[in-house]
Amino acid sequence: MAYRFDFAPVFEQTGLLLSGAGFTLALTAVGAVLGIGLGVTGAVCRAWKLRPFDRLFGVYVEAIRNTPFLVQLFFIFFGLPALGVRMSEWQAAVLAMVINLGAYSTEIIRAGIQATPRGQIEAAESLALTRPQIFRHVVLRPALAKVWPALTSQVIIVMLGSAVCSQIATEELTFAANFIQSRNFRAFETYFVTTALYFAMALLIRQLLVQLGQRYVVGRTR
Amino acid sequence: MSLVKIAGLHKHFGTNHVLKGIDLEVASGDVVALIGRSGSGKSTLLRTINGLETTDKGELVVDGTALHDGKGDLRALRQKVGMVFQQFNLFPHLTAGQNVMLAPTVVKGTPKAEAQDIAKEVLLKVGLSDKFDSYPDQLSGGQQQRVAIARALAMRPKVLLCDEITSALDPELVSEVLAVVRQLAAEGMTLIMVTHEMRFAREVGNKLIFMHHGRIHESGDPKTVFADPQTPELANFVGAVQPA
Amino acid sequence: MLVQFSTWDIVRNLLDAGKWTLALSLIAFVLGGIVGLAILFARIADNRVLQAATKAYIEIFQGTPLLMQLFIVFFGLSLVGIDVSPWLAAAAGLTLFTSAYLAEIWRGCVEAVPKGQWEASATLALTYPQQMRHVILPQALRIAIAPTVGFSVQVVKGTAVTSIIGFAELTKTGSMLANATFEPFLVFGLVAAGYFALCYPLSLYAKSLERKFHVAR
Repeated sequence: MAYRFDFAPVFEQTGLLLSGAGFTLALTAVGAVLGIGLGVTGAVCRAWKLRPFDRLFGVYVEAIRNTPFLVQLFFIFFGLPALGVRMSEWQAAVLAMVINLGAYSTEIIRAGIQATPRGQIEAAESLALTRPQIFRHVVLRPALAKVWPALTSQVIIVMLGSAVCSQIATEELTFAANFIQSRNFRAFETYFVTTALYFAMALLIRQLLVQLGQRYVVGRTR
Repeated sequence: MSLVKIAGLHKHFGTNHVLKGIDLEVASGDVVALIGRSGSGKSTLLRTINGLETTDKGELVVDGTALHDGKGDLRALRQKVGMVFQQFNLFPHLTAGQNVMLAPTVVKGTPKAEAQDIAKEVLLKVGLSDKFDSYPDQLSGGQQQRVAIARALAMRPKVLLCDEITSALDPELVSEVLAVVRQLAAEGMTLIMVTHEMRFAREVGNKLIFMHHGRIHESGDPKTVFADPQTPELANFVGAVQPA
Repeated sequence: MLVQFSTWDIVRNLLDAGKWTLALSLIAFVLGGIVGLAILFARIADNRVLQAATKAYIEIFQGTPLLMQLFIVFFGLSLVGIDVSPWLAAAAGLTLFTSAYLAEIWRGCVEAVPKGQWEASATLALTYPQQMRHVILPQALRIAIAPTVGFSVQVVKGTAVTSIIGFAELTKTGSMLANATFEPFLVFGLVAAGYFALCYPLSLYAKSLERKFHVAR
């Protein structure tokens, strides 16, 4: 007998799904702000070769980019308590997202900073701007504007990746989906709807970041 | 009987009317120089002659192959019309010889040995028979442009289009490319060229076309047209590009 | 029934599981590459329907979590009556995921070939397939090598997610060992080191290829 799709038991749980989605978005928002902040710090240390921080950030970037997010999450949540560092599920999830995004955005922003044309800096120097002034006005803003699309994509990747935080029982969207399908035994339908929700959230975040970027990052530099 | 016949040709880029009814006949052996300011439509006109730009209305016939209102057998047309670009556009992953041999073997199905002979012949003609196995990045700009001319010639075109072919070259390399064009003209090749080299146009060309705002504004024998422009626009243009 | 694990036992078990991570990565990468090539050709074909369909395919895989893709493959295949092992679902899911990303990377490489190359070959009367075969793809291939190697790192890391549908690769084995030994710090540290040992050489190789390519240009 052919399988009959039934989405009704999923939609009965719309409230649960939406609150899970809201939690995922909240995690992503905090992770994005702190992660990009960490990325700017790392990029400055790397681009200006501030010893010993440039080396430390170099090791950090490679360590994070060459290991899976899920393992980073497990290490933080299960491993760190052995060192006496204990945190809640959502704290571990946010920390893992910040550390992960921080590593990628360090590299992305560093590339943007290093692409600053030499003549721009020389022009600013000839106008007697100080080094921090040059960095803020002539280097960082245009660099962020240049790499904003790449940062946007990376934030979305981190949001999608946060689905695995359900494994440490962070009550985000996938956790809600797991709970629902364990109750209604409609795994396919439940995950199908959840996938669609993630897709919509990815579109939403892209739109939002494009708007934000145009208003606060690209807009003022062009 | 004209080799190239263009009648009532119109072209828009969006709302921008770039060719506003072009009528032009080119006889076999003609050397036509297209001049005009940037944006006058001269490059667009040249690029319509082998279908790189589509047209909205009008007729284009080259040696019996026709496009009506932009529709027709493009590949047949392109086999009769060769083109050389400002930026050379050699295929960087192929040697000079392979660049020249590609279209004869792939498009016409010419056997490899024969295509190789053709390639040697046309490379000799442009003075680069020793560069058969060189890759484009091993050649100077002037040499690359000569290979590009050889590549076009290998298809035995009826007409050769040249789109500002010396504009991307260092000044000292311009003359070697112009020498090749001059030789082709002397051999009776039909040439249509967009150029900024006014002296060359006057010396080698037998027909000058001045484009202005998407129309052929003035045309005629280069020597008389340059000496005695009939319109203020051309007089202005000639004065601007050629002081003295 | 308490089993005592020495550090060596942990390492040995993880090395064993690492083979499955490696096998799954290779399969997903090779099959994903083949499917990806088909997607690429449809994506750049002279056909609007194919273009739109493959664009949607790519956007869906790039716009949803890998974990959801695995769940849908796992539960979807069992709905159509195929008895799915975690191994099969993991391989199928990762192959599709990889194909979408590789197709998009490669499309970017095709588009990176300068417009003049299209024009020059069109002028020589080459047909679209001839342009692709003789002019565009050979150049796109050279551009594609470095980012393709770079993406292989994402495939290896992606295999970790298959632990959640029960495939006993490195991460899954690590979780079980962490539970059994009560030494999560050591075990997950070793697991991370294992992924690093697989991924870091690939990252370095991708970077050196990229540098070589930029010098050659």
